[in-house]
Amino acid sequence: MANGGEHTIKAFDDEIVELRGLISEMGGRAEAAVLGAMQALIRQDQTAASRIVAEDRKIDELEAAIERLVVQIIALRAPMADDLREVVAALKIAAVIERIGDYAKNIAKRIPSIGSGRHKIEAVSMLPAMGQLATEMVRDALDAFAARDWEEAIEVCDRDRAVDDFYNSVFRTLVTFMMENPATIGQAAHLLFVAKNLERIGDHATNVAEMVYYAAKGKHMAERERGDDFAASTE
Amino acid sequence: MTDNSLNEIAAHQHAEPSAPKMTARNVNVFYGAKQAISNVSIDVDMDNVTAFIGPSGCGKSTFLRTLNRMNDTISGARVEGTIELDGENIYAPSMDVVQLRARVGMVFQKPNPFPKSIFENVAYGPRIHGLAANKADMDAIVEKSLRRAGLWDEVKDRLSDSGTALSGGQQQRLCIARAIAVDPEVILMDEPCSALDPIATAKIEELIHELRGRYAIVIVTHNMQQAARVSQRTAFFHLGNLIEYGVTSEIFTNPREVRTKDYITGRYG
Amino acid sequence: MNSDTALPARKPTDWNTDAMQQRIRRRYASERRFKLLGLTAVGVSAAFLAFLLISMLANGLRGFTQTDIKLPVDFRTAPILIDPATLKGPNVDQVLAGAGIQQVTQHAAVAAFGPDGGTMVSDGAWLVVREAIKNDPSILQQRVDISVPASTAIDLAAKGHASSGAEAAYAKLKAANVVSTSFNSGFLVESDATDPTLVGIWGALKGSLLTMLVTLALAFPIGVLSALYLEEYAPRNRWTDLIEVSINNLAAVPSIIFGLLGLAVFLNTFHLPRSAALVGGLTLALMTMPVIVIAGRNAIKSVPPSIRDAALGVGASPVQVVFHHVLPLALPGILTGTIIGMARALGETAPLLMIGMRAFIATPPDSLTAPATVLPVQIFLWSDEVSRGFIEKTSAAIIVLLVFLLTMNGLAIYLRNRFEQRW
Repeated sequence: MANGGEHTIKAFDDEIVELRGLISEMGGRAEAAVLGAMQALIRQDQTAASRIVAEDRKIDELEAAIERLVVQIIALRAPMADDLREVVAALKIAAVIERIGDYAKNIAKRIPSIGSGRHKIEAVSMLPAMGQLATEMVRDALDAFAARDWEEAIEVCDRDRAVDDFYNSVFRTLVTFMMENPATIGQAAHLLFVAKNLERIGDHATNVAEMVYYAAKGKHMAERERGDDFAASTE
Repeated sequence: MTDNSLNEIAAHQHAEPSAPKMTARNVNVFYGAKQAISNVSIDVDMDNVTAFIGPSGCGKSTFLRTLNRMNDTISGARVEGTIELDGENIYAPSMDVVQLRARVGMVFQKPNPFPKSIFENVAYGPRIHGLAANKADMDAIVEKSLRRAGLWDEVKDRLSDSGTALSGGQQQRLCIARAIAVDPEVILMDEPCSALDPIATAKIEELIHELRGRYAIVIVTHNMQQAARVSQRTAFFHLGNLIEYGVTSEIFTNPREVRTKDYITGRYG
Repeated sequence: MNSDTALPARKPTDWNTDAMQQRIRRRYASERRFKLLGLTAVGVSAAFLAFLLISMLANGLRGFTQTDIKLPVDFRTAPILIDPATLKGPNVDQVLAGAGIQQVTQHAAVAAFGPDGGTMVSDGAWLVVREAIKNDPSILQQRVDISVPASTAIDLAAKGHASSGAEAAYAKLKAANVVSTSFNSGFLVESDATDPTLVGIWGALKGSLLTMLVTLALAFPIGVLSALYLEEYAPRNRWTDLIEVSINNLAAVPSIIFGLLGLAVFLNTFHLPRSAALVGGLTLALMTMPVIVIAGRNAIKSVPPSIRDAALGVGASPVQVVFHHVLPLALPGILTGTIIGMARALGETAPLLMIGMRAFIATPPDSLTAPATVLPVQIFLWSDEVSRGFIEKTSAAIIVLLVFLLTMNGLAIYLRNRFEQRW
């Protein structure tokens, strides 16, 4: 739960607060990027897509700022125990969120190539729901970080199974569709990548949750199995 | 990373101890009516450097001084409980205090070489305990002690210079050499670097690392980073009580007690 | 970040206002006044010291000179009863004693200078003649000129303090060109006498030396060991507080009371020989010991506890800590206290008068139990004498006392510096 008491040196507390603020802002931007990309995909909105690609730069800048701040805190404050774990976790989480932002950019970049083919509506309509699930995982994982809530972190990890199931189902649908409509293989392939990106975003959210758990408890979460079992999906 | 380099990292880490060198059980220390130490039990072993940390007035120096009966010199000081060195109770009437203090040496906060020559400083202990049979023996003991303390190369040409003419860091190493010269089994260090500059401090910390294993070392320090660098086991004292005692890397990354955590993260007070 | 509105804006101090400048000027003025006061105090003290030294030297230097008269002695016609052959034998002094040299000297003086010639030479002139015969027996067959000391009256006349009768006699002697002035070596090797021209300081000097030796031998070890015990070993309770107060008071007790103590204890109870250097030394030791204890305790207290801790930490026993570490470091302070105590003891007169060291001692003491006197007492006794010749001798003795004191202090300071330099 929340830390007991403030540091004797107030500037240390200020820096921790600033760090959390940066993580929070970065996470918010990444979530918005993912949701915006899914929206743009459904509506085939090119302008929105190019805006999302451009704004990924801000997410990268935030990661650089967080890295600088973490190095400064370690050098100047010599954090110990839970402060140290939180700061190291913040550094790793920033890298992970930057990857999530990159996935969102990647989805946005593929939108022109997916085009306006009407036959793929069925598979495409599954994707926003999947994206919603994944972004909720990211948001909850970052909330758990802010609150040092390790129970919430465990809960986020459990939800990854749903995202993985979603991905397996989309994969099977698209592969079947591709076999039936070879002319749409190109666009379907892009959709596959989009689905894969969303599945990776869910995995990254669980990474964030694992880091939150370690920062709060000082031990690593028990190893849990991953859901992308290809052997089961291809008969 | 190969298995070898992983093992090297482990060497700096905590070693599983053999039988403890000194054990303290239910130790209480009183200055007149005031109780300074309450019910402390702890082990000190040969293979790991033990650090005592805690805020000012928590009793870590007082407890350190019970290990070589230096509190006997303070009138009104009373020690209860058992403290054993190799299984012998050091507060038993049959224990020779003078001999105990040769087996359990001490280095103090402010370097305090005798106002004699460097040679005489190191030779004094062996002389009064009769450890050298002749002059050649004594020369050998002095050289060995100064080498072990990392001071030989700097002073070998001026052994007859006064010990007080050295720099602060050199004086403290001279005091360590003086403690080593009587061939102790345990070395107690009471904030040995608090009066020294960072370079001298680093030299002494490196020296402690080299001495580890040959002597059981206990170091009291105000500086948590120093405790983290130098020790393998750490004990946190607070208001005369031993709050937590464990492996150093554990204490500083994931302490069990809230009071320990508050102290080391700077939230105490 | 801290907001600047939390603290009121700082108004810089204006150092240039008139009030400020005047305040500063007044402070400098009081600095100068204080310095001047100090210099004046030092100057007044120096003036007193200079006055003392100059008057002492002026009076005393004359005591180191004596006036000699060249006395022609014709042994061939002198009424001397001596056989030159016996002078080569074993009992020279005995032979000379019975030779009537005094009459020979008187006879020669009268022959040379007229009827009152006998009063012109000193009472001890015959001793010089005797020495001359002893040195060179062959003069018994000759007429020789022997330089003998003049009497007090002539001596004073030579130094410008003639009485009426002596004036004429001196003029006569001077006209005959037989007077000379020389260094009075006898002053330093002879003892007390009735005739001022014959007195010497050596007896009192030796007495002082012996007394100081006894005092030092007793007071120093007892004082230092007491100080060590009281500081290092004694527990802090009411009894030790009482002892400390008593010692401090002892150091302030008037010295004559120690004289009474010496009289009652050493002379009346223990029946030690009166007027001996031993008794004087014992009495002065009683007086000096508290000073050494106090100085010793302070010196020992000032040894830093870190040195003791370091020695204990290496496994030294308490006795080793004290003798190997504490005592060497405390020694300069202890020696300073000893110097002060011994200097005071050297100049003490009252207690020694009480135990009887005021007798007329004509020979220097040959042992600790022989009757002796000390320099301050000798000065006191001489200053009481009627004869005018004793005035210069008194001042000369004071100079000797001062030199002795300075030598003793110099030795102690040298020792102290030697110990201090070792560190």
